[in-house]
Amino acid sequence: MIDVHEGGISSTVQDLGRTGHYHIGMPPSGAMDEYAHTVANYLVGNDADAATIEMTYQGITATFDDDAVIAITGADMSPELNGDPIGSWETVAVEAGDELSVQFATDGARAYLAVAGGIDVPEVMGSRSTYTLVGIGGHEGRGLEAGDELSVGEPPNGSVDLVGTRLPDEYIPEYADENAVRIVVGLTSYRLTDEARATLCDAEWTVSAEADRVGYRLEGPDLEFEEREQPFGAGTDPSNVVDLGYPIGSIQVPQQPIVLMQDAVTGGGYATVGTVISADRGLLAQRQTHKTVSFESVDVEEAIDARTRRSERLKEIRSVIDG
Amino acid sequence: MANERITPDDLPEPRYEYGADDHVFVELAEAMSFTANVKAMAITQQVAEREIDGVIENCPANASYMLRIDPEVIHPDDLIAQLREIESDLDLTEYEWDTRLIDVPVLFQDPWTHETLMEFRDRHQDADATDLEYSAQINGYDSVEAFLDAFVGAPHMVTMVGFVPGLPWCFQMVPRSEQLEVPKYVEPRTDTPSRAVGFGGAFSVIYPVQGAGGYQLYGRTPIEVLDVDQILPDFRDSMVFPNPGDILNYRRIDRDTYDEIRESVEAGEYEYTYQRVSFSPDEFFESPHEYTDDLTAVIE
Repeated sequence: MIDVHEGGISSTVQDLGRTGHYHIGMPPSGAMDEYAHTVANYLVGNDADAATIEMTYQGITATFDDDAVIAITGADMSPELNGDPIGSWETVAVEAGDELSVQFATDGARAYLAVAGGIDVPEVMGSRSTYTLVGIGGHEGRGLEAGDELSVGEPPNGSVDLVGTRLPDEYIPEYADENAVRIVVGLTSYRLTDEARATLCDAEWTVSAEADRVGYRLEGPDLEFEEREQPFGAGTDPSNVVDLGYPIGSIQVPQQPIVLMQDAVTGGGYATVGTVISADRGLLAQRQTHKTVSFESVDVEEAIDARTRRSERLKEIRSVIDG
Repeated sequence: MANERITPDDLPEPRYEYGADDHVFVELAEAMSFTANVKAMAITQQVAEREIDGVIENCPANASYMLRIDPEVIHPDDLIAQLREIESDLDLTEYEWDTRLIDVPVLFQDPWTHETLMEFRDRHQDADATDLEYSAQINGYDSVEAFLDAFVGAPHMVTMVGFVPGLPWCFQMVPRSEQLEVPKYVEPRTDTPSRAVGFGGAFSVIYPVQGAGGYQLYGRTPIEVLDVDQILPDFRDSMVFPNPGDILNYRRIDRDTYDEIRESVEAGEYEYTYQRVSFSPDEFFESPHEYTDDLTAVIE
């Protein structure tokens, strides 16, 4: 059992998400930075889809009732065990009674705490991910609070042998340097003028204070729409289209862009003009409020290559860790 | 007017678009029409039947559809080739599907949405009218009652579910000349009561949970469209009740009936009134009023 003393700003249980229910309006949820989540699991011997705790900007403080093997990855949040610093991106042994405290993020926005055996909360529609808007999944469908108790699953064989494993530096992202996020322009980008489509990729966008698991609202230059007589059913604003499904990672432009994230609204009537590629969504999720982001336009082949390279990298990491 | 048929729209060539590496978005038309929606339903049903490896979400929308894929299992271009084939083989005149005709009781001009809409008059097109008065006026009706007669006068088909879990977008089953249309709020509200019945563009919606919203507010239903704890008997298999393709029949109720139904919902006992029906787009297009009158007769 893990006893939570402080929940942090927004800490939720997440796995790789809930699929197959988008047509009833259910977004996938799941870890915002899949790479960091997966590596955390690998470091403790779990499969990629075991549930971790995603901590945003500020971590949790908790004590462990039993011995455990843990790893913290993602944003640098200066974790400490009984007041002594412990490393991120490495496998750490915890003894019964130890107190873990995770501080404020200095690089990146989200850290992942994996425990050998995974966080054992009930599955809802095939996933342990928390979706707070309707209050399902994770721990009681909400962010963690003081007093919460979390069960841990049965640790996989050999997890104790992983203690002391540190991920080689070449695999550790420097989130602060990652300003460029690759996108595939399209969907209903015909609604933008040629200049606005160019501006989308030329501008420097600032992550606003409204940047959460639902969407990242960005601030920057205004984007102009092509003039038209609005089609039947679309609504009157030039940014309106007949309501359609929103891909995860898609950029909608009610005026300033909003990039939809794991807890996205699944559809609506704003023009969507492109999609952040799957390999880069985690990087965007690690951009802190007030930091800048720029979009680099790539074609679908480059998007698929980037995803394949990321999968290969994760396979490499798994074999490096497992020795 | 009563005998007017729905002329199927000539749709443009579908636009196949990549949502990065892991989504395919297909726009069947820029404007809403039953033809576009029926086509979206037909194609996504075909996709489901084919059980294509690598397709992980299959999501029909109003005049478009979207698929989420694992591109390491299926390349988006290979999927698009299959979608083109499905599209060219499609014969909508032979197409029909089994669906449900669902009774949806609504207390129009209820106190809760009234309080909300009054609170947000500064974000509305007409600060001196209620949402219903404004909607009646811009659609050429001389009273709210007459507008509501039209609103409940024919059922509304669920053409898409989304935004948040369980929110149905519904398109009224009348010829285009009779369809109502209203703008969304100038600025979206930050609050909407749960179970509010709203209307925006050409779509009626039921808000599953309290939250933001931009549609004109008309009333509130005592019944749930989302039950995350799956307590109500009709939610045994899914926490969401409406599905794309369902047909909702809005029914005016008074406050006493509202309270009575609400009590039964809160006790976890309420059971939906619905009938399984077979929907034939072609027969519906041929004589829409007669067709929907026959349909709704089964639950009245």
